[in-house]
Order: sequence, then structure tokens, then C-alpha cells
Amino acid sequence: MGLFKMTKTVLRNLAGGPATRCYPAVPARTSPLTRGHVAFDPATCRSCGICSRRCPCEAIRLDKEAKVWEIDRMRCIACGDCVEGCPFESLTMEQEYFPPVTEHVVEHYTITYVKPEKPAKKPAEESA
Amino acid sequence: MSKRIVVPFGPQHPVLPEPIHLDLVLEDELVVDVVPSIGYIHRGLEQLVLKREFTEYVYVAERICGICSFMHALCYSQGIEHIMNIEVPDRAKYLRTIWSECSRLHSHLLWLGLFADGMGFENLFMRSWQLRESVLDVLEDTTGGRVIQGTCKVGGVRRDIGQEKLDEMHRTLDTFEENCRDLGDVFLNDGSVKYRLQGLSVIPRDDAYALGAAGPTARASGVAMDHRETGYAAYGDLGFKPVVETAGDCYARCAVRVRELYSSIDIIRRAIEGMPEGPIDVKVKGTPDGEYFSRVEQPRGEVVHYLRGNGTKHLARARIRTPTLANIPILVKMLPGIQLADVPVVVLSIDPCISCTER
Ligand code: SF4
Ligand code: SF4
Repeated sequence: MGLFKMTKTVLRNLAGGPATRCYPAVPARTSPLTRGHVAFDPATCRSCGICSRRCPCEAIRLDKEAKVWEIDRMRCIACGDCVEGCPFESLTMEQEYFPPVTEHVVEHYTITYVKPEKPAKKPAEESA
Repeated sequence: MSKRIVVPFGPQHPVLPEPIHLDLVLEDELVVDVVPSIGYIHRGLEQLVLKREFTEYVYVAERICGICSFMHALCYSQGIEHIMNIEVPDRAKYLRTIWSECSRLHSHLLWLGLFADGMGFENLFMRSWQLRESVLDVLEDTTGGRVIQGTCKVGGVRRDIGQEKLDEMHRTLDTFEENCRDLGDVFLNDGSVKYRLQGLSVIPRDDAYALGAAGPTARASGVAMDHRETGYAAYGDLGFKPVVETAGDCYARCAVRVRELYSSIDIIRRAIEGMPEGPIDVKVKGTPDGEYFSRVEQPRGEVVHYLRGNGTKHLARARIRTPTLANIPILVKMLPGIQLADVPVVVLSIDPCISCTER
């Protein structure tokens, strides 16, 4: 009985190949939901500040005047709350984990979003 | 009487990655007394309730422990929901149950691996962890995090599991259960495992009860206490019986956990089958005002979150009692009378999680 079990396990292990992978040569397994790191799109951010208010770690700093959006990668815990809260879809959660580093990483972005000109009221006037 | 010596065990010890320090008083090879001390990794997480909004604190609560993370978030959320009289939708309750049981599965498989490693059964350790990996994959596919799920929130859950994924989980459960039973068979029936564990540090039922043991440690001595019986989340609908052993030795503590694997698989299966349709969260309005002792059964036993709100968005006080703290007195009772070489196995048999004990 015991011997039979053991042989079964040995055969399964021989046929099944290794259970581990050669990371980082082979990339880590991810799923579409994996919370790796936050990516920011400076072209669509409208400086509303919701993300920095929602962040439980105070990892995001927003300077509305200087149009600077900063994320402290060492504070961010990749909870995804900012991504859920951003009303303009400027934030996305990428699957890749942020690589290990030896120095403090704070990423600065200059927001390039330009408020579109209000469509002139002319057509309305014309129709009136 | 031979000369007594004191051997320090931990906080850094090859067999035990948890930072607990034990002063073992030995007579020759026999342990006669033990003085435990903790306090190496206090992080002050309870104090953070004063600085984080009550909805944000879920993320902190979740990081109290790296293994039962989901259950800490669940316990905290249930506490706040009770204070604020929030009724969570049924689907959220079922999802919470599925993720809780997945956490229990991976925690028990992790423990079985460490336990096998502690008694020198290296191969079994690797097989347990190989099996654990498939649970972590399911957790990552459904929540986005292997260890920190981040899906529980006050008022429900943040993510739904689609019907397709639920069906797939249901299909793979059979193979998973078969693998678990193969693995459990070795733990329960292998001659060398039995020889090593049976009769080792027996705790009678009365002692376990009087010293306030929690979780599988208590259930292995015949104390049929499992907080899931009270029917929080969806356990009330799913029907649940605690797993109890009566021998009270290390083998019984191992057997409880092995059999809890099977019962968790069963609960997940029934939760998937009975999954109701509907919303997964409700909007949280207002602030908590009042206090509550929230309790949840974790893989290691019952966790208690005491929460007190004062009507502002920051709680006034949070206090957490983790199951390992309840199990340390019983550990002190277990050790005297055994050989030094058995100490790692016996310490592991309560499944110590010191990081969450100290928070
Ligand atoms: S993912 Fe979470 S921790 Fe990271 S920046 Fe967003 S809100 Fe903050
Ligand atoms: S990233 Fe989104 S939430 Fe944050 S300031 Fe920009 S628009 Fe607002």
C-alpha cells in the first residue's frame, strides 16, 4: 500500500516536470486582475485629487498649481483604490510587479492635460 | 538531579521563521520549564486607526497577517458593518466565504508543509507547498493578489467572481480534493509520521479549555469550538460541523488540520453551487458610532477585533486579539516533559503566527 503510493508519487513527479519556474528568466505567472503597479497617464489627468485623498498610504501627492503628480513607489501597497476612484481613467493597474530597488523611488509626472476650449456658443445663437 | 541549563530558542531559529523567544530550562535533554517572550516585531497597527479613515483601515487590517489577511479584513469589516447596521448583500457573503475558505486551505497547506519540514520530512514539505500554489493561483485569478487579496471592504466586496470562473473552480475542486486526500493520507497513515507525533505532548480536554486554547489546538483536544458555527458570512446557510479530535497530541493537531482541508473544500463547493445573484456591495453612508467585538474563525483559531467609533471618520480605538496569543499559555504547558529535539515540532503544532500576535 505505502509502496504503491510512493511509486505513484514518484512517477507523477517525474512526468510532471518541475513545479517551480526559473524566475526572472521565465516571467512570473499573472492574471488579468493581478495588482502589480500603478501606471499614470499625464495626458488625461484633470488634477481632481481624488486619488491622493483615497490613497490609504499617502503615496500620491498632487500639486495642482505646478501640475505635478507624484507617486512614492515605496509607500504604494498596490491596493488599487486610486485606480477604482479615478473618474477620468488616468490610472491603470499593470500586472508586472515593481522590480526590487536599492534606492527610494518617487516618480514625478508633469500633467499635460489641457482643458479643451469650451465649444463656442455660436451654433446655438445661430439656431435661435 | 542533574544540572539545569537554559537553552535559548529563537527569535531566529532555523526551523521556526516566527520571532518568538523561548528560554528552555533543560535537565539533560529533557525540558523542565519554559519562559516565552514576544515583542520583537511590534508595528503599532492598532494605533493607525487614529490616522486612517475607517474605510481605509481595511487595507491596514488586511496587512496584520500575511496568511489570514482576508480574514482580518473580514473581521474588521463585519465589526464596522455591525456598528453601522449595514446589511451586506448575500452574494458578497458567499464570496467572502469562498475567499475565507481558500485562505484556510492555503494556510493549512502551508502549515502542513512547515510541520513536515519541522519533523524532517522534506519531501512532504515540498508536496504540500506545491499543492498550496494551486490555491494561491485561484486567489490571484479571482482577487488580483496571491497573499493580500484586497477584496473585502466595509459594505461588501470589491470584486465579483464571474460564473465562468466559478464553474472552472468547481470543476478543478475534484482534482484538488483528490490531491489533498493523497497528501493527507501520508500525514495520517504514514508510519514514520505517526511514530514521531503520536503521544507527543498530550493536552487533556480540561487543560485546553481552562487555558483558553483556540482553533485547531483546542479542537484537537476535544473542545468543539469553532466560530463558524455561529453562521457569520454564509456559513449559516451552508451548514457546517467543526472538525474535532480527542487525543490531544501532536498527531491529533495535525489530523484536525488535514480534515479541515476536506471540510473547507466541501464548503467552497457548496458555496459555489448555492451562489445567489445580486449586487456585491452596498453604499456606506455616515460614520461608525458605537462599539463591537467582532469575531471570525481564522485558520489558527478565533480572532477578535474590538472596534469603537465615536461618530467621526476615524475610529477611537481598535484592539485585536489574535489566536496565537491565546495559544501561548497552552504552549507553555505542552513543552515541559519532552525532549529538546521535539521542541520545534511541538512549537509548530500550535501554528504560531507571531507577526499578527504583535501587530
Ligand atoms: S494603489 Fe493604493 S497605495 Fe498605491 S497609490 Fe493607489 S491608493 Fe495608494
Ligand atoms: S489621476 Fe485621476 S483621480 Fe488622480 S488627480 Fe488625476 S484625474 Fe483625479
